[in-house]
Amino acid sequence: MPNAVVLENVSKQYQIGHAQHEAMLRETIVNWLGNLLKPKGMTFESIWALKKVSLTIKTGEVVGIIGRNGAGKSTLLKILSKITFPTDGVMEVNGRVASLLEVGTGFHDELTGRENVILNGSILGMSKAEIVEQMDAIVAFAGVEKFIDTPIKRYSSGMRLRLGFAVAAHLNPDILIIDEVLAVGDAGFQKKCLGAMENIRTAGRTVLFVSHNLAAVENLCSRVIWIDNGEVRQDGEPKEVIQAYMASFGEGKDSGFNLTEVRDRRGAGSARLTAFELLDMNRNTIKVIRSGDRLVMRFCYLAHARIAHPIFGIRIYTELGTLVTEMNNWMTDFEIPFINPGVGYIDLEVEFLNLMPGRYSVTLFLGAVGPLFQDLLDHCGTLEIEPSDFYKSGRGIESRFGLVFMPFKWQQACPVESVAASMRTGS
Amino acid sequence: MVGNISWLQELWRYRELFYFLAWRDVKVRYKQTLLGVAWAIVQPLLTMLIFLMLFGKIANFPTDGTPHALFYYSALVPWIYFSTTLAFCGNSLVSNSNLLTKVYFPRTILPASVALSGLVDFAIGAVLIIGLLGYYQIVPDWNIFLWPFLMFLLVLLTYGVGMILAALTVKYRDVKYAIPFIIQLGLFVTPIIYSPSTIPVEYRKFIMLNPLTGIIEAFRTSLSPVRPMEWGMLGVSVVFTVAILVAGTIYFRRAERSFADLV
Repeated sequence: MPNAVVLENVSKQYQIGHAQHEAMLRETIVNWLGNLLKPKGMTFESIWALKKVSLTIKTGEVVGIIGRNGAGKSTLLKILSKITFPTDGVMEVNGRVASLLEVGTGFHDELTGRENVILNGSILGMSKAEIVEQMDAIVAFAGVEKFIDTPIKRYSSGMRLRLGFAVAAHLNPDILIIDEVLAVGDAGFQKKCLGAMENIRTAGRTVLFVSHNLAAVENLCSRVIWIDNGEVRQDGEPKEVIQAYMASFGEGKDSGFNLTEVRDRRGAGSARLTAFELLDMNRNTIKVIRSGDRLVMRFCYLAHARIAHPIFGIRIYTELGTLVTEMNNWMTDFEIPFINPGVGYIDLEVEFLNLMPGRYSVTLFLGAVGPLFQDLLDHCGTLEIEPSDFYKSGRGIESRFGLVFMPFKWQQACPVESVAASMRTGS
Repeated sequence: MVGNISWLQELWRYRELFYFLAWRDVKVRYKQTLLGVAWAIVQPLLTMLIFLMLFGKIANFPTDGTPHALFYYSALVPWIYFSTTLAFCGNSLVSNSNLLTKVYFPRTILPASVALSGLVDFAIGAVLIIGLLGYYQIVPDWNIFLWPFLMFLLVLLTYGVGMILAALTVKYRDVKYAIPFIIQLGLFVTPIIYSPSTIPVEYRKFIMLNPLTGIIEAFRTSLSPVRPMEWGMLGVSVVFTVAILVAGTIYFRRAERSFADLV
């Protein structure tokens, strides 16, 4: 079977500082004249977003690409979809490529739903005949039959996304490149989208898929590539690569985590989380946490400004990236009127840690009212939860029993003998 | 050479997108403006009336026997196409940055589709010319059949210059401020308010350096049998147009590799 994509030593360099300071023709001319009089080499600060990446992707493979923010995943997709050119190296792509780096690319507010389907389909590489043929299916998939001849400026954002994805789901390329577009819509629509992805896979097309939803990656992909710092760190079986990736989040950290060194963080930054500590009820540091423990999670912060109504939270994920639970103070109606500039901490008491033993990934955040994050640290650490003998049975609870455990008690409603008797008589 | 052939093949494969983008531009333009389609007539008509007052009645510029209204209007329709389209072309990459950073297609489709969509305004504006010919009872000679060729030449010239300006606008953010000024100057160095025949012979070769001169003068002459067709001038325009188109394509293709990183 021929190869769909071959990359050989592909590198991409971006000049930084260059983008913030927009080039002016006037300055360029002045510099050029200046250089004629006093020759000197122009220097730019630059970063390598990709470093000598070599890959071969066979026709029909469904490949997931994972990695942290800024690792080079998006750059790789942009090179594969020919949006940007590699600084160095050779790329060969065989077949018609459709790239979905965004849902509804090229949508225009003034045009109707139908007109936007035509335009968007054409932008994504569908022919007019294909669009006309698929129009009814697309409209039905999006569930916007009633509004299809209304300008989309009257659409809700959900309707827009659904329409955009509906077009995407009806693409028929040889190679499909998808970036993070599954993270849209309500649960029902997501299910539809995953169904559409399944269809693409069974149709034998080549798919390259970037996502932070590791569960979806594991489900859909036959191969996973982990990009780290512009290089391919691991490439192989989905489960193995995803586990190695999740394990890397805990690299070099102990049971609590110092967060000051974490670079990979988002948010406005007026307040930052500086540490996450695990304590017992007497506020002593603990080294080991076990299933069923009662413990305190302490969020230490440094605020540069007064933050009104802050929201602290933790999300706990499995090794494969499925969200197990989130705990934040907004859920419990625990109002913090404000935090003052300076350092401080807030404690989260966990009554009962009902997670099965295993390794969990943790996301921490400090937000405020509304959608604004002050600090968001995705997968910034790992919780190792050790087995415990919660029931004092000497048998313990182990990871093979699942993710969560609920305190339980068995009771026998009637004596064993009578149960056995009723089974014999068949009553 | 092989690269050029595959590039042309690719353009051909993307022809539908080219039509659709032009169609989008037309639709959006008429939906967003208050006057809609009428704007395409009002703009050249009002300009013509002002020119008629200023240069016809007050300054009394000679028009070699062509009625003043027809003289101005027949030059204004192609000029307004050129100037408006050029401004849109120059901005076409930056204003479609969401497309440039998210999807691949031959980038030159963007300025090209703008050049195509501008023809709708041109056609609407040209309708009034029929009225003017009727009013002045002028029957054009066979030169009228040059119109399709002249329009084609005008589109190619606009597209050629537009491509260069579009690529420069992506790279240098101050170019967009220079474009209106260039267009404003263009109005004076192109024979729109005056006839090339009024310019002393020794200076006439300078206005011929402007490739628009021959095209606009030919548009005007083809409607007015009293004017002699300046074939030499038109020939110079053809040569310059082809040169600009080739140079523009070469520059654009070299620059397009970095569009997505800069825009």
